[in-house]
Amino acid sequence: MVEHGDIRVVHRGGSKINYREPVVTNDSRFLLCASGERVKVFSTSTEECVHELRGHTDLVTGVLLRPSNHLQVYSSSVDGTVRLWDFTDGILIKTYVIGYPVYSFYASANHGGVLFIVTPTQSDKRSELFQLVAVDLPQSGDQQVEARELSAVLSDVSCIPATIGFGRGGEYIASAKGLDLVVYFFKKGKSYRFPLKEDNKKGGKNTFLCIACHPKDDCIATGHEDGKIRLWRNFNHKKEYTYSTLHWHHNAVSAMCFTPEGTNLLSGGLESVLVQWRYNQESQRDFLPRLGSAIKHIAVSPDGALFCTSHSDNKITIIQSCVKVSAVIQGLVKGESVTTDLMVDPRSKSLVLNGKPGHLQFYSLQRDKLLYNLDIVQQEYIHESGLEQFEVVKVAFDASGNWMATVEERKQKDAELEFNLKLWAFDEQTQSFVLNTTVSAPHEARITAMCFCQATDSQTTMLVSASKDGHFKAWQLPRSARAEDEGPSWSCDFVGDYHGLVPECCCFSADGSLLAVSFQEVVTVWSPASWELLTTLSQPPKAVRDLCFGRLSCSKYLLGTTDNNLLCCWNLLTCSLEWSTSMDVSLLLIDPLTENMAAFCYQDGSSDLFVFKPSEPRPVFSLKAVCSGKVTQAVFAPREEMLESCEESSQWLNRSQLYFLTQYTDLMTFTTKAEEDRLMATSKQLVIDDSVARTPFYLLLGKHRKQENQDSLSSLSAEMMPVPQGSVAIKELLQTPAHVLPSTSFLCSMFVQSLLVSVTDGREESKHAEEEMESEKEEEDSEGEMESSTTRPEPVSLGSQSAESAALTKAQLRELRRVKKLDHGWLTGLLLS
Amino acid sequence: MASYKPTKIQIYPKLGEKVTQDTLYWKNYKAPVQIKEFGAITSIDFSPVAPHNFAVTAFTRIHIYGPFSQEPVKTLTRFKDTAYCGRFRSDGQLLVAGCEDSVVRLFDVSGKVALRMFKGHTKAVHVTDFTSDRYQIFTGSDDYTCRLWDIPNATELNSYREHTDYVRCGVTSKLNRDLFITGSYDHTLKLFDARANKSVMTMDHGQPVESLLLYPSEGLLVSAGGRYVKVWDLLKGGQPLVSMKNHHKTVTCLCLSSNGQRLLSASLDRHVKVYNTTNYKVVHNFDYAASILSVALAPDDESIVAGMTNSILSIKHRKSPEESNEVSGQQRRRPSYRVFVKGKNYVPKQDDYLVSKPVKQHLAKYDTQLKKFNVSKSLDTALETWTRLRKPEITVAVIKELDRRGTLKNALAGRDEQGLGRLLNFLIGNVVDPRFAPVLAPAAEMILDVYRQVIGQSPLVDRQLLRLQDLLEREIDYQQDLVEVLGMLDTLFASSLPRMEVARPGASRANGLAQGEAGASRPQLQAT
Repeated sequence: MVEHGDIRVVHRGGSKINYREPVVTNDSRFLLCASGERVKVFSTSTEECVHELRGHTDLVTGVLLRPSNHLQVYSSSVDGTVRLWDFTDGILIKTYVIGYPVYSFYASANHGGVLFIVTPTQSDKRSELFQLVAVDLPQSGDQQVEARELSAVLSDVSCIPATIGFGRGGEYIASAKGLDLVVYFFKKGKSYRFPLKEDNKKGGKNTFLCIACHPKDDCIATGHEDGKIRLWRNFNHKKEYTYSTLHWHHNAVSAMCFTPEGTNLLSGGLESVLVQWRYNQESQRDFLPRLGSAIKHIAVSPDGALFCTSHSDNKITIIQSCVKVSAVIQGLVKGESVTTDLMVDPRSKSLVLNGKPGHLQFYSLQRDKLLYNLDIVQQEYIHESGLEQFEVVKVAFDASGNWMATVEERKQKDAELEFNLKLWAFDEQTQSFVLNTTVSAPHEARITAMCFCQATDSQTTMLVSASKDGHFKAWQLPRSARAEDEGPSWSCDFVGDYHGLVPECCCFSADGSLLAVSFQEVVTVWSPASWELLTTLSQPPKAVRDLCFGRLSCSKYLLGTTDNNLLCCWNLLTCSLEWSTSMDVSLLLIDPLTENMAAFCYQDGSSDLFVFKPSEPRPVFSLKAVCSGKVTQAVFAPREEMLESCEESSQWLNRSQLYFLTQYTDLMTFTTKAEEDRLMATSKQLVIDDSVARTPFYLLLGKHRKQENQDSLSSLSAEMMPVPQGSVAIKELLQTPAHVLPSTSFLCSMFVQSLLVSVTDGREESKHAEEEMESEKEEEDSEGEMESSTTRPEPVSLGSQSAESAALTKAQLRELRRVKKLDHGWLTGLLLS
Repeated sequence: MASYKPTKIQIYPKLGEKVTQDTLYWKNYKAPVQIKEFGAITSIDFSPVAPHNFAVTAFTRIHIYGPFSQEPVKTLTRFKDTAYCGRFRSDGQLLVAGCEDSVVRLFDVSGKVALRMFKGHTKAVHVTDFTSDRYQIFTGSDDYTCRLWDIPNATELNSYREHTDYVRCGVTSKLNRDLFITGSYDHTLKLFDARANKSVMTMDHGQPVESLLLYPSEGLLVSAGGRYVKVWDLLKGGQPLVSMKNHHKTVTCLCLSSNGQRLLSASLDRHVKVYNTTNYKVVHNFDYAASILSVALAPDDESIVAGMTNSILSIKHRKSPEESNEVSGQQRRRPSYRVFVKGKNYVPKQDDYLVSKPVKQHLAKYDTQLKKFNVSKSLDTALETWTRLRKPEITVAVIKELDRRGTLKNALAGRDEQGLGRLLNFLIGNVVDPRFAPVLAPAAEMILDVYRQVIGQSPLVDRQLLRLQDLLEREIDYQQDLVEVLGMLDTLFASSLPRMEVARPGASRANGLAQGEAGASRPQLQAT
């Protein structure tokens, strides 16, 4: 075995953004949310991630705007620290070390310098009991401050952040856990407890799930498991409290929020409907239905203009005052199980797996962004627990990405399995897949495997589906498009079986001339051209689990794994077993670009990876204990640009990258050290100025401009090296304080462009200079002319000056700067127009 | 916020024949007018001149009907015995008919008494016709002869004794006054030239010839006899072109559509088939109640008249263009033009502030109810008469959707007698349809579960439940029969396939093809 120190397994993308409530900044331009060990800053208008605040070493459990400075934000983490950030620049300002894991934290404007945090009662992490403690944040100039002054406020609270809230003006804090509502009044230093009965007569569950306190009124709204909302009033007396009940939700209320003025109450739950209740006129409600999936958190911007809901499918929706969805920030959707294998769309090179119920998600690995969700089932999703829904279970792409096949199924108890095979054609115009054919009940029993013919040069594509009913079917698109208005649709071409055995997996050879279908312990090899059974291969006594044809130089090999932990390699030329080895392979897959194959083996509770070539006895690469648990989904994704690693052990990563899903549906990949270094370097460059709204157009244009600048700069440096003045001017430009200068990007491009033009227009420039010498008055006139005409003359004057003045004094330079600044105003205006 | 996704209505493969231009054309007739005659209708002939009356020969009478009347405008009754083959002359003034008593009679269409009687045949005369010069009559008789008669003198011009059996059909050429063709029960067709004393061409049909037809160009001859319809090329000396066997009983009559593109053949098997005359494929098929002896098409295909052995005359008139457009016209009622166009052509001015109206999604009635989770109401709307009868797939789709939402029971429950009756009616109509059975069978079970308590309270519902039970029992019997037939077929296939195929493991090609046809969206047979 070869040891490989430099290849390691890393998390790749797809971190949760719905773990905690998002925060909208005061100017409603940014949205901050906790995402794994980082805090992400999104732009509310363009949905792009602007910054990532990195520094925490464990899960971030909360984000809060600093009440005294709206440009700073606190974040808390399980690593026992609270950090203060400047989110506009993405700078860490301070770290408060608390020493206990923080599960949620709260702050109020009326309690300056104090944070309220929820920590476990015992210091060990596993404890189920939590307490609310107040932390005095020491005033200190240091980067890292120890904050150890803790004073308990409430004991026995819930660690869910939604169950604690500050009341009007920070006078009291309300906390709910189980069936108890506790209100603690800071002035009195007393807490009142309001218990609910375990079960009322109608069988509803009264457990508190969330809490919201009215900002202007003494009123606490609580959400319950049976879908009721209770509005508590008069709770500063132990006995005379009252509550009224609102009931619209039919499932648990999971999130509630008052608008900043307290006029409306927002609530949401599993139904994925945002309900807006008018405060004091609760019979009037507004609804925003079909938000996609269950609402987990609701946040309102401080000015009340934007509502944010974060959903269980890793999505944040930004809503303009309960009317219109203005933006959707969507992360990688992680269902409970990925029933489709991981796939790579050959066209967009994006990762395809099932996401939202009934959808396929196309996830760009390079950009770590969800490209789009494709609705496969095309049915209204009913948000109700315990309802069987259609699920996408199989996906296949053909080699060119023109066709996609999906299988969706729905199993109801005591009813037949419903399943459909759908074929989708890629539409160039809409750049998306369009449904071409639906085959309802293509087989009599569940489909076990499905694959497209991968030959790129063949005229017609072919799909083979194998089913538990003992048949496999070949589907083909008829070549002769009939003259009817609807285009050609797929139909069954051949039905095959083998002694009534159940086919388990099927695989086409790389050139599409052979089809291998495994029937339990027998592998049958068919010729798709004539549908003749060519040969059978078998390795009794156990059933074949995975089948794979070799590629390129190894195309004569067929590999399979069996249930009795055997990896077999058959030679198709001799129709005999070439070699076999004993290993418990849970997944066998082939790199579509090279002849490498990867096998994940399950051993002692963890998975090992072997990368090998079928023709060589020694594995190319092996890594023990890649992750715990079985790996059942993995895929080779082609790289955008090839790596040039010459090391033997990492060569297999040169052309494609191996992604896999762990037991807990974490997306992981293998990287080399060199690649990581390069990634770090690029991420440092990518600090983006956010003075302009970051629309896609801006991104495009901004990049273009920057490139232009670089190009011109390099050409400038090549041409202008002998001219010392230019460099002097640049040096001067760099020496002046930054706050006096206009935006550098403008300045730079202007300045550089001006220099360029002056060189090419030498003749005109000299003439101009002469005129300048002749009379001051005329110059003024001409100056006026220039301003009214075009942008071109202006750089000329600049260039002439820089060219002629061999030794400019500092005063002159300053003058020059002033002129330049004057002109830039209208120039940018012209540029923008 | 995604918009509501409407219920998916599954498109089922159309059962039965495909809709083609021909089906549309030949279906575009009104319900038939049926008139009872006195005996089997042996011949129908349309007058060549307007108003295109037609003469119907049945028993001892010839009735002449107007194009729109249901009563005969004229009746010719002076026959001593069964009349045969009443034919109009090309000017529509004279009519000739044969008779069982061997006398050929010539009538003036406006008169009652025969103008001329041609006596000479010794047996029943089944064929009569005018030659194209209008002065002669050609007849064919059961005495194996065919004769030419001169009308003015009522004398026999010529007699041909070449056939060896009854002469039962014949046509005269419309282009040449001397040519006529006869068909006989001796299986031959003979082309005669009046200028010669014997036949000039003989063709063998192979069956007793029942009917003959000449194309307007007279290059092709069509003959019908036995189950066959054959086409002959006269210009190539009587070479057979096509032989068609589409009926399963004797073909009795032929006629050509007005544009000459379609050929109709009527048969004792109660069908009239329409052929395309370019490829001689059947493009349409009419069913009648009894065996058809004669069929005729009015000029411009304005009506189809068929006479049957049970002495019923069936007349189908073409629908007028307004009538055929009526159905679609009613559906497409839209707001008046002015309302419709209001504001559509308004061009916004420079400083107008545009307020865009959200585009309203149009939903079907049942979808609006489903969107509001009104499950019972949505089922009600889907069970409305028109939908239930015309588009059962919509009703089935709504039931399926309700089932998917887990609310089908709620939607089915709580119905009164009328509502339940409607539901059961729908079930009785569709539950055995293999396309709908997987959805409707569980729904029927659910209905029985829900309404178990009320059985016996309403006679209407009970009757329908009994019908449903009866239907299901019959369906089970059918399915069993089908399985038996399938088993028989399997044995047949197994014995007929070559040995090698059987020995080879894996699927046979035949199996693949049979399944492949139904592959696109396969309705599965299901034993309920």
